[in-house]
Amino acid sequence: MSTGSPGYFPQRVATTRWVPHVEDTQLAWLFGGVLGVLVLASAIGAVLKQTAKNDAAHATINNLNARTRAWWKMCAIFALTLLIGRIGSLVLFGLLSLLALREYITLIPTRRGDHRTLVWSFFVITPLQYYLIAIRWYGFFAIMIPAVAFLFIPTRIAMAGDTEHFLERAAKIQFGIMICSYCLSHAPALLILRIPGFVGHDARLLFYLVLVDQSSDVLQYVWGRLTGRHKIAPQVSPNKTWEGFVGGVLMATALGTALWWATPFTPLQAAGTSLVIGLLGFAGGLVMSAIKRDVGVKDFGAIIEGHGGILDRIDSLCFAAPIFFHLVRYFFAA
Amino acid sequence: MSAVIHPLASVLAAVARGISGVQVRWAGCRPEEKQRIYFANHTSHLDFVVLWAALPGEVRARTRPVAAKDYWEKGLKAYLAQRVFRAVLVHRGGTAQAGNREEARAAARTVVDRLAEAMGETDSLILFPEGTRGTGETVGPFRSGLYYLAKRRPEVELVPAYLENMNRILPKGEVLPVPLLSLLTFGAPIHIGETEDKRGFLERACAAMSALRRKGES
Repeated sequence: MSTGSPGYFPQRVATTRWVPHVEDTQLAWLFGGVLGVLVLASAIGAVLKQTAKNDAAHATINNLNARTRAWWKMCAIFALTLLIGRIGSLVLFGLLSLLALREYITLIPTRRGDHRTLVWSFFVITPLQYYLIAIRWYGFFAIMIPAVAFLFIPTRIAMAGDTEHFLERAAKIQFGIMICSYCLSHAPALLILRIPGFVGHDARLLFYLVLVDQSSDVLQYVWGRLTGRHKIAPQVSPNKTWEGFVGGVLMATALGTALWWATPFTPLQAAGTSLVIGLLGFAGGLVMSAIKRDVGVKDFGAIIEGHGGILDRIDSLCFAAPIFFHLVRYFFAA
Repeated sequence: MSAVIHPLASVLAAVARGISGVQVRWAGCRPEEKQRIYFANHTSHLDFVVLWAALPGEVRARTRPVAAKDYWEKGLKAYLAQRVFRAVLVHRGGTAQAGNREEARAAARTVVDRLAEAMGETDSLILFPEGTRGTGETVGPFRSGLYYLAKRRPEVELVPAYLENMNRILPKGEVLPVPLLSLLTFGAPIHIGETEDKRGFLERACAAMSALRRKGES
């Protein structure tokens, strides 16, 4: 009826954005920056390979170069899906959720009676979560897993009739779905936020989250290797040190602050959100390390050369995404 | 005679590797284009497809799974089994269904004849000596087919293989798989001893296979 009044159908207005993000020059600058870092990393790796003197140094540098090669691939896939638009990112993160859930469930002891519940988790609950983002149904997106799936999972297991370790089995599956599907889905959900003055640039926000989060991981690792002395929780992860944590998170915060121009934030707000991303990323790595130690493995998988599994790479993002999403939604979205 | 590779073969192999997320460890030998009998534990209908798919293409083209005739002989399954996987279909268990000893021997001989014929001078086989699918917790007793086949072709390498987690991906009685990650380990080849008796050989083969199970798993 009153289609003339702008914002009367806000969802319709916003869903017209299916075109690629190629015209976004600031996004292009972000891509360019990452490309530059990758070229530099590959060049340094190539030089180091020539100068390595002994076998131990060779092994370290080969691992470094394998990681760099994997970063090239991961960045290419992420950039490509971001350029395709919202559907591209939703498909990518949906697949990441499924792959992460697969790695997680593989490691935890489930029983024969859990099979149907797992079929639901993989083929209904997780795809539905991403579908809700695609149709922009925020209200249901926010409660579908914490309320509906939360109650459904123990019910379905109980129906299968096996009560051995019942509560443990239900809780472990619920935790996996929460981390791998629910928490991670908040990253692409950034694309449906309507931020005044930022409409059409939401891809930058997703890029920003992933960039600051993953940089924080890498910087914490590098600082830890270079200056790490005091271990934070040696029983959980021998590689996490106070020096690495503080240095890495501060550097990532500096990076996030320096990129304020690509976001809806002021420099101070960018510093705050980057700090939160870094801290939560650290929490994610710590918690997922504790799970790995508990079940007695080093990595969740071996799918990414030099990195381990998908879940090893995105554990920090699973923790940072929902908090970042709600910060932005509460303070900036219309 | 060169093996005819069905165009669907590599597609289905990729799908099987995708669903099972199979990670392959060649712990006791390398994949080679020599005649072998791969024998593995059996917990899922997907077992032979995954094992077959995990072999490198050129080895896979010369490797034929042995599958139960009653399950694979009808409709689409028959087409896939015979044309794509080039499966050798045999009566399940062979010896188990026969009434008395003599009949059992004769039935076993027929199955072994069929397998030896299918191998010819070039092809390898994938065999599940338990004969039926287990729960994945323990390995069941081996049927005697592996022994008679080993006697018939003593020069062929018998390669033990252990598949983990397939019982969780597609357990007995389920239709939809849960795409978890599986692990396939190939062990060192064994041969039958000249004077080795049936029981001793089957126990040794079973031990060689069970030893491939990843440590620390309950």
